[in-house]
Amino acid sequence: MRRSLVATHPSVLWFLLALALVTLGVTGLAEAGLISTSFVKTLGKTLCLALVAVAMDVVWGYCGILSLGHLAFFGIGGYAIGMWLMYVRTEEIVAVSLAAEALPPTPQEIRDAIGTQIFGVVGSSDFPWIWSFADRAWLQFPMIVIVPGLLALVFGWLAFRSRVTGVYLSILTQAMTLALSLHLFQNDSGLRGNNGLSGLQNIPGLDGIGQDRISIWFFWASAAALAAGYVFFAWIVSGRMGSVIRAIRDDEARVRFLGYHVESYKLFVFTVTAMVAGLAGALYFPQAGIINPAEVAPIASVYLAVWVAIGGRGRLYGAVIGAVFVSLLSSWFTGGGAPSVSLGVYTIHWTEWWLVLLGLSFVAVTLFAPKGIGGLFDRIAPRPVADRQGDYGPDAGAWRREEGEP
Amino acid sequence: MLRALIFALAALTWLPAAAGAGPLQTLLQDHRAGIEAPSRRSVEAVLDALVASALPGVPLFLERWQDKGVALHAADGLFYYATPAGDGYALADIDSDAPAGTAPRGAITELRPNGGVRREIAGALVAFQLSAPEIGRRRAAVDAIARSTSADHLEPLRASIADEPDPGLRATKARLADLLAARFGATTAERVAAIEALGDDLSVDVRAVLNQILATTAGVAAKLPPEANIARQWRPGTADLPAEAAYARLVAAGLAPPVVGRDQIRAALAAHVAQGRVGGFAVAALNSDAARFAAYAALAETGAVAPTLTPEAQAAAVAAHVFFDEYREADAEVTDAARAALGAIEARVGAYQMADLALDALSLASIYFLAAIGLAITFGVMGVINMAHGEFIMMGAYTGYVVQRIVPDYTVSILLALPLAFAVTFAAGVAMERLVIRHLYHRPLETLLATFGLSIGLQQLAKTIFGTQARPLTSPAWLDGAWVLNDVVAISHIRIAIFVLALVFLGLILFILKRTRLGLEVRAVTQNPGMAGSLGINPDRINMLTFGLGSGIAGIAGVAIGLYAKVTSEMGADYIVQSFMTVVVGGVGNVWGTLAGAAMIGFVQKLIEWLNPSNTLAAQTYMILFIILFIQIRPKGIVALRGRAAGD
Repeated sequence: MRRSLVATHPSVLWFLLALALVTLGVTGLAEAGLISTSFVKTLGKTLCLALVAVAMDVVWGYCGILSLGHLAFFGIGGYAIGMWLMYVRTEEIVAVSLAAEALPPTPQEIRDAIGTQIFGVVGSSDFPWIWSFADRAWLQFPMIVIVPGLLALVFGWLAFRSRVTGVYLSILTQAMTLALSLHLFQNDSGLRGNNGLSGLQNIPGLDGIGQDRISIWFFWASAAALAAGYVFFAWIVSGRMGSVIRAIRDDEARVRFLGYHVESYKLFVFTVTAMVAGLAGALYFPQAGIINPAEVAPIASVYLAVWVAIGGRGRLYGAVIGAVFVSLLSSWFTGGGAPSVSLGVYTIHWTEWWLVLLGLSFVAVTLFAPKGIGGLFDRIAPRPVADRQGDYGPDAGAWRREEGEP
Repeated sequence: MLRALIFALAALTWLPAAAGAGPLQTLLQDHRAGIEAPSRRSVEAVLDALVASALPGVPLFLERWQDKGVALHAADGLFYYATPAGDGYALADIDSDAPAGTAPRGAITELRPNGGVRREIAGALVAFQLSAPEIGRRRAAVDAIARSTSADHLEPLRASIADEPDPGLRATKARLADLLAARFGATTAERVAAIEALGDDLSVDVRAVLNQILATTAGVAAKLPPEANIARQWRPGTADLPAEAAYARLVAAGLAPPVVGRDQIRAALAAHVAQGRVGGFAVAALNSDAARFAAYAALAETGAVAPTLTPEAQAAAVAAHVFFDEYREADAEVTDAARAALGAIEARVGAYQMADLALDALSLASIYFLAAIGLAITFGVMGVINMAHGEFIMMGAYTGYVVQRIVPDYTVSILLALPLAFAVTFAAGVAMERLVIRHLYHRPLETLLATFGLSIGLQQLAKTIFGTQARPLTSPAWLDGAWVLNDVVAISHIRIAIFVLALVFLGLILFILKRTRLGLEVRAVTQNPGMAGSLGINPDRINMLTFGLGSGIAGIAGVAIGLYAKVTSEMGADYIVQSFMTVVVGGVGNVWGTLAGAAMIGFVQKLIEWLNPSNTLAAQTYMILFIILFIQIRPKGIVALRGRAAGD
């Protein structure tokens, strides 16, 4: 008999419980006015980052593909929702200004006015083709997952079928991310170049409602998305498919010789995680209010890998812990919250030294604690480890034996 | 009688001056009438006499005369150079230009030659300057003519060619004469001959002159004017001249009434709104172009606005006219010759542009090669992913910057910076290998991440120390400037130096890997560390040295790149992806592969830039897409290793 997901993965239940408690707690504190709207937004954004970190963990920690492009998919999702938000919002503004004219505006005039309003900063007024769906939510919303999914599908198909693996694949995904961000940096990319899309915090149709309320709604939506994503991925990595995915990570050639179509599994994982990343981005950027190509730059995707590695690969809650811990710590340090340390001859300002600290602690985690923060949980409840005998793999000198030990 | 007496008296009073009257003054006195009241015709005789005298003071006199700086003293009847000073004039002697006292305003008459005369004087002056004994003045005169071309200069210029002693200047003069003749020649044959003589010259001013001859005006008429020199006839309704554009030409020529556009319809309707209605339509209903058009038509029927033109009427108007471009130059033979010459020149310019592009691509390729060659050793030969490689490049560049701050002489500082950058990054590389990478051999993904962590830290460290703004790395003076082959092909010395540096490093690394004990041990350790260790090689030491070597070369590349681009804390990040691409495309584990990869990436990127100029970002985007597709075709790169060394 098949046991239920919760029974095989008790961490899912604990995680959902913790998430529910945090959500209720934050809501209560916000209602009581104890935490500011901007902090609620920061927490909501952090939950979105946690969701994309979970996706990253599935593709890297479980499937062994170190993708340096998942924050690019996240950004594409943000751009997709941003286009709709910006279009509809500008339409409202334009409608007010055109109502003052002697004649009621024609559809063409409205569209031209919106175009001038949106693309004036890049010296254009025409709508590029990628904006063709931006005026209709029911067409644009699916783009949040379709565009990242399609990009991941095409890229993954090209990469996996030519058996690009390991670091080569990482570098290739990084190159893809670089190409995408360079493309978005151009003014004629149709997405306002390095100005990006702005004013995304104004949700159309919700003019009468304050940002304090909207921020709570987005926080709930982010928490719900994280919960759903967590359960979804926990389901994917459990069961037979999860075993195959982890087997691909451990020894791809052996899985292939056992008769599995490795490429399909990898492509599935890569594409699904990209789509979830797009969804997370669509929830993140309305809370951030602005998106620009710097969010898509390759270094952002590296930070994503850093979070997952610090949190602990190969366990979904590790990714969440890493993302929440590092991104909150990062905003504390860079936001000037951390007190400066005076060394007598030199004062350490954390706004300057935080990245040095992050880089070094990242090296330290890689060297000394490959399991990351999540490894601490093993001290409470040791993970069952398969009783593996003999050789761990063909790669002499690999640390798989050490990593496989409890 | 009285007059004679006065004259004699005056002569006595001014005796010193009169007695000292120089040869030029004497000559001028001989032609006094012609100078005092010159006309265009009479001045020629004066100028001829002045030129024939070959006196040294003549050019100065002509210049001053042209500038209205010559005056006639009423008392002694002599010419002076006069400049206004106070209430009167300061005078200077015509021959020696030495001060000769002052004169009140009423005592002298300024000579004010009219425009025609001044032009004649200028012509004579140019002839003087063109055959002046000093080459500097001759060159200045030629430059002045080239700047302000005019038909008057043609004859003096031609006359001066034969006597020009300097061969270089003679060629310049001949070319300038051709340029002038092409535009201002008297006969068709002369102009055609001049144009044909220009056919093998690539310079911009030749192309400008030819284009000037080939300038056209857009014309439209009911019939093709027979006497016009037609450049091109248009067929309206084709892609070259859409029907709307053709109609707009008709409107511009006043041959058809303007079309009432959307904006005008809107303005007209808005002006005729009365009680919420216009033209029988409710204003609220006018939210489509069709409704507005109908309302406007209704309005036009009442006569309140001008009627619109139906599309059929427009088409008929277009069909009733011919559209053409007409040369401003009336002579068809001249325009034909100019077109042929321009075509030939442009074909050659195109060929040279290709050569220039190839040189550019070569220099870009050498930059990529320099950036990637260190990586080719650490990644290609050792198989270690070092994402902080770009930061080693940056470190080298900042070393160069710091050296320049200490040593002010640019040549010395560059010569110091190169070995120092190597030393600094060699040490950093060895430290990194000892502290981090040694523990992560055979775990490439972990290496990638750990070195990424270092890269983030090092970048921020550089930002903290040196600030965020770009720091200059100034090249020594002998590296400034460019090697100019002709007007189209030029390459800066820095790029040549980088190319040479890249070649030197290629040779050096090949030598180290193939011909030295160290290279032998490196190859042994990378192929089989266990076996190498059994044979008495210390793999730890070799790995350390190899990694240090690769890092040190990155440091030197940093100095070279810093000379050509600005030094910032992010400069390494700009090169890291391209460097990895270079190594991967070229083929891992092979220095020749890196060379091939760099060459391919450099040339393809320049080609894309050429196809889509003005957009380097797009070129980089397409470049990366190209690489991703290229790896599909050749996953192991251009130069793929075979056999056991390939690793699988």
